[in-house]
Amino acid sequence: MTRVSFDVNGETHQLELDTRTTLLDALREHLHLTGTKKGCDHGQCGACTVIVDGRRINSCLTLAVMHHGDEITTIEGLGTPDGLHPLQAAFVEHDGYQCGYCTPGQICSAVGVLAEVKAGIPSHVTADLNAPLRLTNAELRERMSGNICRCGAYSNIAEAISEVAGRSA
Amino acid sequence: MRFEHPATFNPIDQLKVIGHPTSRIEGPLKTTGTAPYAYERHDVVPNQAYGYVIGSAIGKGRIAAIDLEAAKGAPGVLAIVTAENAGKLGKGERNAAPLLGGPEIAHYHQAVAIVVAGTFEQARAAAQLVRIDYAKGDGRFDLAAGRDEAIAPHPSFGGPADTAVGDFAAAFAAAPVQLDATYATPDQSHAMMEPHASIAAWDGDKLTVWTSNQMIAWGAEDMAKTLGIPRDNVRLVSPYIGGGFGGKLFLRADVLLAALGARAARRPVKVALQRPLMFNNTTHRPATIQRIRIGAERDGRITAIGHESWSGNVSGGEPETAVSQTRLLYAGANRMTATRLAALDLPEGNAMRAPGEASGMMALEIAIDELADKLGIDPVALRIANDTQVDPEHPQRKFSQRQLVQCLNEGAARFGWSKRNPKPSQVRDGRWLIGMGVAAAFRNNLVTKSAARVRLDRQGRVTVETDMTDIGTGSYTIIAQTAAEMMGVPLEEVSVRLGDSDFPVSCGSGGQWGGNNSTAGVYAACVKLREAIAQKLGFNSAEAVFADGVVRSGNRSVSLAQAAAGGDLVAEDAIEYGDLAKTYQQSTFGAHFVEVGVDADTAEIRVRRMLAVCAAGRILNPKAARSQVIGAMTMGVGAALMEDLVVDKRHGLFINHDLAAYEVPVHADIPHQDMIFLDETDPISSPMKAKGVAELGICGVAAAVANAVHNATGVRVRDYPITLDKLIAAMPV
Repeated sequence: MTRVSFDVNGETHQLELDTRTTLLDALREHLHLTGTKKGCDHGQCGACTVIVDGRRINSCLTLAVMHHGDEITTIEGLGTPDGLHPLQAAFVEHDGYQCGYCTPGQICSAVGVLAEVKAGIPSHVTADLNAPLRLTNAELRERMSGNICRCGAYSNIAEAISEVAGRSA
Repeated sequence: MRFEHPATFNPIDQLKVIGHPTSRIEGPLKTTGTAPYAYERHDVVPNQAYGYVIGSAIGKGRIAAIDLEAAKGAPGVLAIVTAENAGKLGKGERNAAPLLGGPEIAHYHQAVAIVVAGTFEQARAAAQLVRIDYAKGDGRFDLAAGRDEAIAPHPSFGGPADTAVGDFAAAFAAAPVQLDATYATPDQSHAMMEPHASIAAWDGDKLTVWTSNQMIAWGAEDMAKTLGIPRDNVRLVSPYIGGGFGGKLFLRADVLLAALGARAARRPVKVALQRPLMFNNTTHRPATIQRIRIGAERDGRITAIGHESWSGNVSGGEPETAVSQTRLLYAGANRMTATRLAALDLPEGNAMRAPGEASGMMALEIAIDELADKLGIDPVALRIANDTQVDPEHPQRKFSQRQLVQCLNEGAARFGWSKRNPKPSQVRDGRWLIGMGVAAAFRNNLVTKSAARVRLDRQGRVTVETDMTDIGTGSYTIIAQTAAEMMGVPLEEVSVRLGDSDFPVSCGSGGQWGGNNSTAGVYAACVKLREAIAQKLGFNSAEAVFADGVVRSGNRSVSLAQAAAGGDLVAEDAIEYGDLAKTYQQSTFGAHFVEVGVDADTAEIRVRRMLAVCAAGRILNPKAARSQVIGAMTMGVGAALMEDLVVDKRHGLFINHDLAAYEVPVHADIPHQDMIFLDETDPISSPMKAKGVAELGICGVAAAVANAVHNATGVRVRDYPITLDKLIAAMPV
C-alpha cells in the first residue's frame, strides 16, 4: 500500500492504494467516479480516456501511484446533466452515442483532440508539418480512432465534434 | 389488449410527440457519465467484494485436478468457487454449454472458477495462483471438415431444415443463365463496449443481481433454473446496458459466478468478464459456408433459386439460419433451401445482430450481383425485376408492406448510381480505383407479447414501468414519446423506468422486435389508464380527449393532476397478437449503396460513401432510428472488411480474443453516412404501425461493400472478410 495524492476535477484526493491499482480503478472503485469506463483494461478501446495535466490518456494503462500531484479531469469534471459542456450538449443533439458506454471516453478524447489541434501537434495524417494545423475530416477521424464505438455512432460523433470546433463534418 | 385486426386511427396517429426526432431523454446522463451501468452500482449494496473469472485453457477435455491451496492463502481471498464446490447446478433453457465448466470442458475459456477477494487486485493476483491440470481431449474445430457429417437440425427459430417449392433441380438445369457459387462468412464477435458485468447480493435465500442483460425475464428464469431456486427469489435489475447486439440475451458466466461467489463469500460480489475472456467465454455469430444456385431467363427473371447453408455449434446449440431471407426476398417459381448443422467444440454460437439474415445477405447479395454480371443487367434493375409482393412459397400471403423497389430507386437516384461504370476497374481517382456497389436489405418484423404498467400521479406526471431494456436503441425515449402521445402530456411529464424484473414482462431487446412491441405494450397500458381516468371522472371513455395535460369530454374538462388528486391511478396491460403475422408476411426492406476506393498498388480498401434507404413502418423517433441504421451500417463494414474470429484448429479457440486482434471499425474506417427512411405506416404490425429497424440496417451492407470492391477491381472475393491479401494477387495492373 502506498499513499498518493492528486487532484480530480479540481478537488484534491488523498488515497492509500495497493500499488497495483490502475488510475482507472482508483477513479472508479475508490473515488466512485464511475463516469470513466472500463471497456478492455488493456488500452485497446479508449473508454477509460481521461485528461491528465492537459493531455488525454488511457487511464487503464497507468498506475494511480504514478500520478502523485497530477491534475486529472474526468467526464464528471466537464459538465453535469443540468450544465452540459458544449461537447456533451453536441453529443446529445447529434445523437453521437447509443448505449453510452464509450461516450465519456469519446468526449474526453474530443476535448484532448481540440487542444492538440490548437497546440499544433501533428498526427499520422498531417500532410504538411509547416502549415497551420486544421481539423480536417481525416485529422478528426485519425485522432479519434483510439476510441471504439461498437454501436457505430462515428458519423454522428464526427458531426458533434465538428460543430464544437466550428466546422462542418 | 389483443391485436387481432389491422389498426385504425388511434391517438398515436396524432403525431404530436411520436415521429419527432427527439434527442434521447437519457442523453444528459450518458454524456456526463452519470448513467449507472451494472459494475458501477456502489449505491445499491455495501461491502462489495471482487470476483475474477478463470477460463478453461483447453478447448475440449477434462479437468484432471485443481490445486487451490496457494490461491486460498493469498492476501484478501474470501472464497473460490469451482464446479467441485458450487453445489448442484442446473442449466438455463437458453444455454447450450454449462456456464461453469468442470470436470468436463465444453469449450475454450469456459469459466472453471471464480476467485473472490476484498479488492480487484487481490482477486486477480490470487487467480494466477490457481493450478489446473487438464486432460486434453480431441475436439472438432473445423467447419469445413465437419461439413459432410452435418445433420438436418430440428426446426428452429429460423424455420425448417429443408424447404422446397416447385422443382428446383429441373428448373435450375433448364435455365439459360446459371450461377452456382459458394461463399464463406467467418465467426464474429459482438464485442460490445461494456463487458458482461454483474453485482450479486443475497438476502437470505433471495438473490438480487444488478447486471447487463437484454432480456430480463429470460435472465431471471434461467438464473433460478441454474441455481435450482424459485423464480420469485430472483430479482434482476438492468437499467443501462453498454451494448448487447445479442451477446447479452442470455444468462452468462459473469452473473452466475457473481451469485455463486456471493453465496460462498457471504458478501455481495461484483464481476466483470475480463475482455480477453469474452470472445471465447460468451457466444458469437457462427461461421457459415453457403452455396447459392440461381437460374434465370436471359431477361433476368429468376426461375430457380436455391440456398444451402452449413454452420457448426456445440452440443445443444442451434444452426445459423442463413437461408431464411432467400425464402422471401425474390420471386421465382422453383425454390429450395437447406440448413445443416455440424457438431463443433468451439464456443457456443448464438444470435448476433440480425441472426440468419446478416450472414445470409452477405452471400445472397453477392450472388445477385454475380448474376447481374452474367446477364449484363444492372444490379438495381435485376433486383427490381425479381420483386414479389407476396410470399413466394405461399402466394396467397401478401407482404403487409413491401417498398423494396422504392428503396432501390430512391437510393439509386440519391447516390448517383447512373454514374457507375458497370465494367470493373475503369474509374480512377489518383492512386485509388473507385467502385460502387448495391445490395438489398431485408429483415423480418417479429411480433411478440409485451406488457407495461402506467401510473398517473397527483402532479399530473405519468410514470411507465416495464422490464424492457435500452441497449442503446432508444427505448427510454420512444416509450416516453408513446406515453406522452397517449396521455396528452409533454414529454417532460413522463418518467420511464426500465430493466427490472419487478416490472411487467416486456418483449425485451432482440431480433429488432423491441421498439415496436414494447411501445405497443405501453400503448395497451395507456389505453387502460385512459379508461380508468375517464371512469374516475364519469366521462365516456370513447369520447374523452387527452391533450395538453387535460381530459375533455363534451364541455367538461379536468386536468390530469386533478383526476389523480384522490390517489395515483395505475393501469397495467400487455399487447398480445392474433393471426396477422400468419395472414400477412411482415418484413422490413431497404437498399444499401456503397462507394469504395481500392489502392491500385496495395489493395487497401477505403469506404468513401454510404447510403441506406429503409422502409420499416412508422419511424417512432427518426433521430434514434437513423442512429440504429448507421450503427448497423458500421458493423456491416466491419463484417465486410475486418471482423474475423480466427479459429486455432489445433487448440480449439478463437485466437484473436481481444479488441486489438479482433478488429472492429474505428473512426478512420467510417465516412459520413447518409440514411433516409421512406414514408410508411404498417397497420398490420401493431397499433403503433411501426416495425423493427435496428437489424435491417446491417443486412446487405457487407455485400454492398463486396460488390463495390468488385466494381473497383474486377476481383470477386467470396470469402469474408475482404482483406487486401485476397485482392492483391488479382489486382488489375
